[in-house]
Amino acid sequence: MIELRFILEGGDFDRAGTASSETKKILKQLNIDPRVIKHTVVALYEAEVNIAAHAYRGEVTITVSDHQIVAVLKDEGPGIADIKRAMLEGFSTASPKVREMGFGAGMGLPNMKKNADVLEVESTPGSGTTVKMIFDF
Amino acid sequence: MNIFHHAIQIDEAKCVGCVHCMRVCPTEAIRIREGKAMIIQSRCIDCGQCMRACPAKAFYIKQNDLKMLQDYKYRIALFPAVMIGQFPDKISEEQIYQAMLALGFTHLMEVEQPIKILIDLTKEYLQETQVSKPCISAFCPAVVRLIQIKYPSLVDNIIPLKAPHDLAAHFILQSLMNQGVKKEEIGIFYITPCAAKISAVKSPVGDQPSVVDGIISMSDFYNKVRQLIPREEETETSSQRKHLTREGVLWSTSRGESSRFGNRAIAIDGIHSVVKFLDRLENDEVQGFDFLEMRACDQSCAGGILMTGNRFTTTERLEQRSKNYPSYREKELDKTLDKHKLTQCLLIDEIKPYNAFSLDDDITRAMEKMTKAQRIICFLPGIDCGACGSPNCQALAEDMVQGNAKMSDCIFLQQRWQHEARIGVEKAFLNLEKRWGEGRFNADCNKRGRRNEGF
Ligand SMILES: Nc1ncnc2c1ncn2[C@@H]1O[C@H](COP(=O)(O)OP(=O)(O)OP(=O)(O)O)[C@@H](O)[C@H]1O
Ligand code: SF4
Ligand SMILES: [Mg+2]
Repeated sequence: MIELRFILEGGDFDRAGTASSETKKILKQLNIDPRVIKHTVVALYEAEVNIAAHAYRGEVTITVSDHQIVAVLKDEGPGIADIKRAMLEGFSTASPKVREMGFGAGMGLPNMKKNADVLEVESTPGSGTTVKMIFDF
Repeated sequence: MNIFHHAIQIDEAKCVGCVHCMRVCPTEAIRIREGKAMIIQSRCIDCGQCMRACPAKAFYIKQNDLKMLQDYKYRIALFPAVMIGQFPDKISEEQIYQAMLALGFTHLMEVEQPIKILIDLTKEYLQETQVSKPCISAFCPAVVRLIQIKYPSLVDNIIPLKAPHDLAAHFILQSLMNQGVKKEEIGIFYITPCAAKISAVKSPVGDQPSVVDGIISMSDFYNKVRQLIPREEETETSSQRKHLTREGVLWSTSRGESSRFGNRAIAIDGIHSVVKFLDRLENDEVQGFDFLEMRACDQSCAGGILMTGNRFTTTERLEQRSKNYPSYREKELDKTLDKHKLTQCLLIDEIKPYNAFSLDDDITRAMEKMTKAQRIICFLPGIDCGACGSPNCQALAEDMVQGNAKMSDCIFLQQRWQHEARIGVEKAFLNLEKRWGEGRFNADCNKRGRRNEGF
């Protein structure tokens, strides 16, 4: 089993993408199916950007075993009041500043759902959000 | 795994083991063993960065001899338009063509002459709805190989259409055979600006072998032609260029393709820029583009490793030259040619990925190796000096788990072991000599790499 850990800062869009890039490199070395890699990287990138866009700080843990990749992104932030609604395509509370940077289409969570085999979102408003994704191969 | 032909070779007698090549290789394909550079074949994409960086001129390219021309009645020189761009302005196109004929060729074919066919086919392909966007041109073979070995998830984005030299080869073959010439009588010689094109001819991406019979290095060719340049323009050679278009002249320069295709197209030149871009593309961070032109060399083929002229002046001469030719839109394809057949020759059946970076084919074993490599990394200094013969600490750790390197290859680790009295001074020195060659560290004023040698 391989474990990778990354720390993310809210508002740091420059670093959002490090976890997905690094993970991608590792998955290629493990000779995992390019399609699974693609799904993982795309979903992970969205989740990273969400922490940069909506939360204060977060920690990413990736575990790779011989049949699946598990990604857990735990953040400290405002949390999500209505997760069902957040999952809808086009729903976004992104600030004008974040929108200016080209984010905020409300497509992140739906895209994660599409790419991951399992997506679980848990959140405590006022304290933080934990996103767990599983990719089987 | 050695599936590709490689044009780039190392002359061990000339190699001084200076790590310059190892540092610039975009795929970490070079190691130093016993003081000499060696190429990991499965990782080499023939981009030529190593050759450019080598101060000892130890890299060379296998090519055919011009003597081969004697075997054929019809001798065709296929060459990219950048060839013409290398010459100083005072030497005219006519003079250059005459000198090439004087070398013994009967037909001269700038490969971009029938470019209209490729433009039309590419446009059709881009119109198809189910293609993976952005589409990536298959023009530069170094880029295609790079995607195959390092970005397997992007192989589907490559447009499965061959490059202009393939088109030109089939084009001239068909024209001559239509005139009743037998195939055996025709010898097609490709004058290449780079190593990547050689490999593309010797082992094409698809399955069918190439129709090119011989390969000649542009640098040798340029020198020979230069010596044969006549004082004045003697004969008329313009009929040899009758299909040439403005777009064709500029095709192999930067933006040559991207300016033709898609609403939103990007042109990237330089292999390290290409690598960075593909990394982002693979993460889906770049969206909304239709077409990507990617070339391994700075200033595209004008900067090819076998080109003699300065890449900027070469590009400028081509820009000037292009103004003398009509647009491809005004050109009609020769009626006697079978367009359908030519099209068939241009299709690539399948572009397969070959991941050259996996630690093991078996996932479980790959994971064991990775865990081991991660543990090894803790002991390495993270200086990425290359003194171990691997390009950086991470690469050394990976080489170790593959059984291709040892802990003692790290000079800092050895130093620490000596400090801790875990290894004798004598033993440590022998280890160094094993990696870098016996006597390598003796004082010698004539050693390569001394002062003022242009390193
Ligand atoms: N980690 C998080 N912390 C707090 N709120 C979040 C978090 N992730 C998502 N949300 C909320 O869920 C909404 C929808 O998220 P989603 O990723 O689908 O869209 P977006 O981030 O607003 O826009 P896009 O991802 O298309 O750039 C966000 O606008 C935000 O309100
Ligand atoms: S840019 Fe042109 S010259 Fe350079 S490697 Fe690619 S095809 Fe060859
Ligand atoms: Mg989002």
